[in-house]
Amino acid sequence: MRFRFTDAAIDTEAARRELLDRGAGGYVSFEGWVRDHNEGQEVTRLEYEAFQALALKEGDRILAEALQRFPIKHALCIHRVGSLDLTDMAVWVGVSAAHRGEAFDACRFIIDEVKHRVPIWKKEHYRSGDSGWVNCERCAAAPRHAHGHDHGHDHAHEPLEHSVLPE
Amino acid sequence: MSSTTAPIYGLILAGGASSRMRRDKAVLVYQGRNQLDRAFELVKRHVTDVFVSVREGQMTEPTRAQKPLIVDSVGGGGPIVGIRSALAAYPDVAWLVVACDLPFLSDAALEQLLGERDPRVLATAYTSAHDGLPEPLCAIWEPAAAAALAAYQSNGGQCPRKFLSAHSVLLLEPRDRHALDNINTPEEYQQAMDALDSNAPANSMQLKIQYFALMREQAGRSEETLETSAATPAELFSELNARYGFTLPREQLKVAVNSEFADWSRRLSAGDAVVFIPPVAGG
Repeated sequence: MRFRFTDAAIDTEAARRELLDRGAGGYVSFEGWVRDHNEGQEVTRLEYEAFQALALKEGDRILAEALQRFPIKHALCIHRVGSLDLTDMAVWVGVSAAHRGEAFDACRFIIDEVKHRVPIWKKEHYRSGDSGWVNCERCAAAPRHAHGHDHGHDHAHEPLEHSVLPE
Repeated sequence: MSSTTAPIYGLILAGGASSRMRRDKAVLVYQGRNQLDRAFELVKRHVTDVFVSVREGQMTEPTRAQKPLIVDSVGGGGPIVGIRSALAAYPDVAWLVVACDLPFLSDAALEQLLGERDPRVLATAYTSAHDGLPEPLCAIWEPAAAAALAAYQSNGGQCPRKFLSAHSVLLLEPRDRHALDNINTPEEYQQAMDALDSNAPANSMQLKIQYFALMREQAGRSEETLETSAATPAELFSELNARYGFTLPREQLKVAVNSEFADWSRRLSAGDAVVFIPPVAGG
């Protein structure tokens, strides 16, 4: 089961079926949605862009790590690219496991790692007509908010607190 | 050379545990040939009889098994054991000892060593271009070294560099500073492969650069092919930053070479594809 991208709406029902397993007692999923505000700005739409050749590898590494860390059956993550409107789904994570605890933990692990490590970028478009690349514009303006490198992952960027998605 | 000068045999050291490399160094491949074969063939061009030094458990490893072997016959650890075992196997022979993990070792470096050898001292060796200390693993060890090494080891000595520092030896300045650069980590291996595989002159090569997100907008393009003298991603970034005036400082970027995360100091090769990665924001 591989990390993948899509430029169309994520088919969560088909993705969920990939996780079915006779040994699984349940499944947990996370959906990241486009919301209408961020950092006091009114957001009208988002654009996602990925360096897919590397992102697919790093995404696969995260799924493999989840399967190693947690006693789960299957794990999958699908990320949207292109232009998204409010309420559209940007990312889907699903995990099946014998027991719910590990499924919740692994699902949380995967979405957190994906946000920090996979080379995907999002540009917010605001009601004001402005736009900006999330995590890039503010750093550039104020370099003293530099990304730390103590996150514990070689390739991680320290996240800044302004995702448009529920944390 | 006087009539008392001992003949020279070659000894390739390939018994190390390669703990930092996390794999057997002898079978690392450069330019289509593994390190052991490359070192063996190089030394064979200068001396007729060449042996590979191995630990007992390595005798059947395929890369080694097809070559003349000298199996460790004395106790202890480290390269001294291999050198002593060779001196014990052929007591009247001097040994041109070469570690297998010196991918830049050249004919010229061996010629200099053999040409300037002094058979009256215990060893003829290079000083390291990096720290000025003797390099025991590209050196000629004379028969007389056998007794001194045995004594050194029985007093608890393990380090052949310290041995050379404390004994009567001839030390040479290497003409090629990089001939003795050795390879201990996967990163150093990658850099050495890149350097050896690069046919282009070191001062200019073509690279492909791809841009994403903010970097793409500020460069005004999603990719370009560039003729550059930049040797590393760090140098390449400086060059492109001067041209495009990126707002993100390098400290906030990562870099990928050929679609894998890379060090800023990695040596670039002709044809490499480089991507500067601004802070990510997936999810």
